[in-house]
Amino acid sequence: MKKLMLGNEAFARGLYEAGCKVASSYPGTPSTEITEEAAKYDEIYCEWAPNEKVAMEVAIGASIAGARAFCGMKHVGLNVAADPLYTASYTGVNGGLVIAVADDPGMHSSQNEQDSRHHAIASKVLMLEPSDSQECKDYVKEGFKLSEEFDTPVIVRLSTRVSHSQSIVDVLDREEIPLKNYSKNIPKYVMMPAMARGRHVFVEERIKRLVEFAEKSPLNKIEDNGGKIGVITSGICYQYAKEALGDSVSYLKLGIANPLPVELIKNFAAKFETVYVIEELDDIIETHCKKHGINVKGKELFGFIGELSQSIIAEKLLGKTNEFAALDENIPVRPPVMCAGCPHRGVFYALSKNNITVSGDIGCYTLGATAPLSAMDTTVCMGASVSGLHGFNKARGEEAEKKSVAVIGDSTFIHSGITGLINIAYNATNSTVIILDNSITGMTGHQHNPTTGYNIKGDPAAKVDLEKLCRAVGIERVRVVDPYSLAQTEAAIKEELAADEPSVIIARRPCALLKNVKHKAPLYVDKDKCKSCKACLKIGCPCISMKDGKAEIEQTQCTGCGICMELCKFGAIKENGGKE
Amino acid sequence: METKSIMIVGVGGQGSLLASRLLGNVLLSQGFDVKVSEVHGMSQRGGSVVTYVKYGDKVYSPVIEKGEADAIIAFEQLEAARWVPYLKKGGHLIFSTQKLNPMPVITGAASYPENIPEKLKALGIDAIPVDALSLAKEAGSPKASNVVLMGVLSTKMGFPEKVWQDALEKCVPAKFLEMNKKAFELGKNS
Repeated sequence: MKKLMLGNEAFARGLYEAGCKVASSYPGTPSTEITEEAAKYDEIYCEWAPNEKVAMEVAIGASIAGARAFCGMKHVGLNVAADPLYTASYTGVNGGLVIAVADDPGMHSSQNEQDSRHHAIASKVLMLEPSDSQECKDYVKEGFKLSEEFDTPVIVRLSTRVSHSQSIVDVLDREEIPLKNYSKNIPKYVMMPAMARGRHVFVEERIKRLVEFAEKSPLNKIEDNGGKIGVITSGICYQYAKEALGDSVSYLKLGIANPLPVELIKNFAAKFETVYVIEELDDIIETHCKKHGINVKGKELFGFIGELSQSIIAEKLLGKTNEFAALDENIPVRPPVMCAGCPHRGVFYALSKNNITVSGDIGCYTLGATAPLSAMDTTVCMGASVSGLHGFNKARGEEAEKKSVAVIGDSTFIHSGITGLINIAYNATNSTVIILDNSITGMTGHQHNPTTGYNIKGDPAAKVDLEKLCRAVGIERVRVVDPYSLAQTEAAIKEELAADEPSVIIARRPCALLKNVKHKAPLYVDKDKCKSCKACLKIGCPCISMKDGKAEIEQTQCTGCGICMELCKFGAIKENGGKE
Repeated sequence: METKSIMIVGVGGQGSLLASRLLGNVLLSQGFDVKVSEVHGMSQRGGSVVTYVKYGDKVYSPVIEKGEADAIIAFEQLEAARWVPYLKKGGHLIFSTQKLNPMPVITGAASYPENIPEKLKALGIDAIPVDALSLAKEAGSPKASNVVLMGVLSTKMGFPEKVWQDALEKCVPAKFLEMNKKAFELGKNS
């Protein structure tokens, strides 16, 4: 049966058809839907792990136990999971182990643009790279086979355009793969120096065998259209190149991103006057070619930054540009904003108003950095708000402690904020940490996490008690506020900053987009009372704007959260079912 | 058949994913190769969002570049103005006349351009303004603007009516089906 499927959905179908039994992941755009879709198949045990390192270790454990196992993450998630990956490369697998890593060229939803191929090279594991949804499914199935054949973890590298494009997939049945035998094998699975030395020899031999495999595998495909130009490419760039250049050039499409073949590329390149390497982000294929004396052109034309496209390729190689019409007009940008009714808004307003230094983190609330709130000073990676604040306060002392906070979401706190909080208690700064508990993993599209009380299937599960957890690690001052109350939130922040010990404020209110959250009727502005002071615009609510000199509330989006009402000194914003 | 390209643009939360799913299903049922490229994650949060739909005998790139779109469906005026450079010569620009202020306009850092529909028409393109919000309200929900605009698009594509109805039944939850069918009809006849 043919179906239109997202790359991620097709990936999940591949897990199903390949007989995968255990999947553990942490959500991260653009990888999230793989595990969400996999969870719809009852034959695959699926879970959201607290972070990518845990997910990777769960998958490694399941693989050693003899099951086909999976873990999925975004590119930066693999940094978190790199520790187990590099040693799982040594232990190898029992049941097949497939890891999805989704890169985000162009940074649609990420804090950096790193190229995850470096991790495959450094950890010396096999990496495959599909270019559409059908290949996502096929490469997952092939990945499990190769993982077992070569005794290696297999990374399948995705990118935003592969993960989040739908294309046609031929759907097949599941093949049940029985659990492999598990038998204790200390030299293979216990990586202490004596055994690891032996396994490193194995890893080096394995990568040589994988190169030989890459020389002949049909995953690396030549499309010989004759001509004077050869193109070496991989993943989504193959699709861009085909669209731009069609059959006017010949292609070597590398389905295996690591290790790269040598003879195959040499023989291909030898047939053409000019050979181009078309790859996004880093110059991995190009450097490989040049190392082996193969003359190619790549980054001198395409650069290292952002996504490629058919028009970039057409412009660089054919000198062709499209005609188009545009308005001679300054079009204001429309950056993403915190949603109407977002519970984070009140916290950021209080921080902005009091000119607090804010150590930020990764999630919807990073939008607190945008105008008009602009209430964020730093954002680095998951968990860095808490540990970074401690460092900031150690460097600047009491003056900083009284004027700075960390903000971190519930899921991010579980992911890697807890260890930072332990450090604050143990190594003693009077830091103030605000946990923005909106009862869900928001930015990636509402996944449950250990603080929500539900698992990936929506079934009841153990729930982390954040207050008790914070107290247990040594924070005595823990309090909960409702961020819809500006007065309460601001008072709590001031009191905790003044306290001579570390503290945690939990700002608790569910995400306004959650289906079970009831919204109040939209608010409205009494135009006679509005003094045009624009105080209500300071919270950056997308519903409020000025019309004919008076504030106006857009009625389809307003959730009646009431923050603007609290802010209006003239009582001009009213509750009344939106009836003006 | 040569590859055709349709863009759906709007503001995060306006329902572009349903519109693209609907269109994808219609095209699949007509036996085309289809690719639909979506935006998820941060940019969805009230930002400018774009979905690419491409179909033909064989589609390679899932994205659409400047000067390539045969049609652009815009859920909002400013977004129509923003994305019009992506329209191919002779393409159709179907846009809702609804206005949603972006944050720089709300904060006063920028102003919302005046008379966008007239200026778009003056470009000499097939610019089709639609009061999609009123029609959606008439159908029963302001959120059905997306389906109203798909109704307008259907008049430019030449597929049998039933194909669209089937796709609606497949993509819309049963309790909203009648309302969406009405929205589609209102768009088609506008």
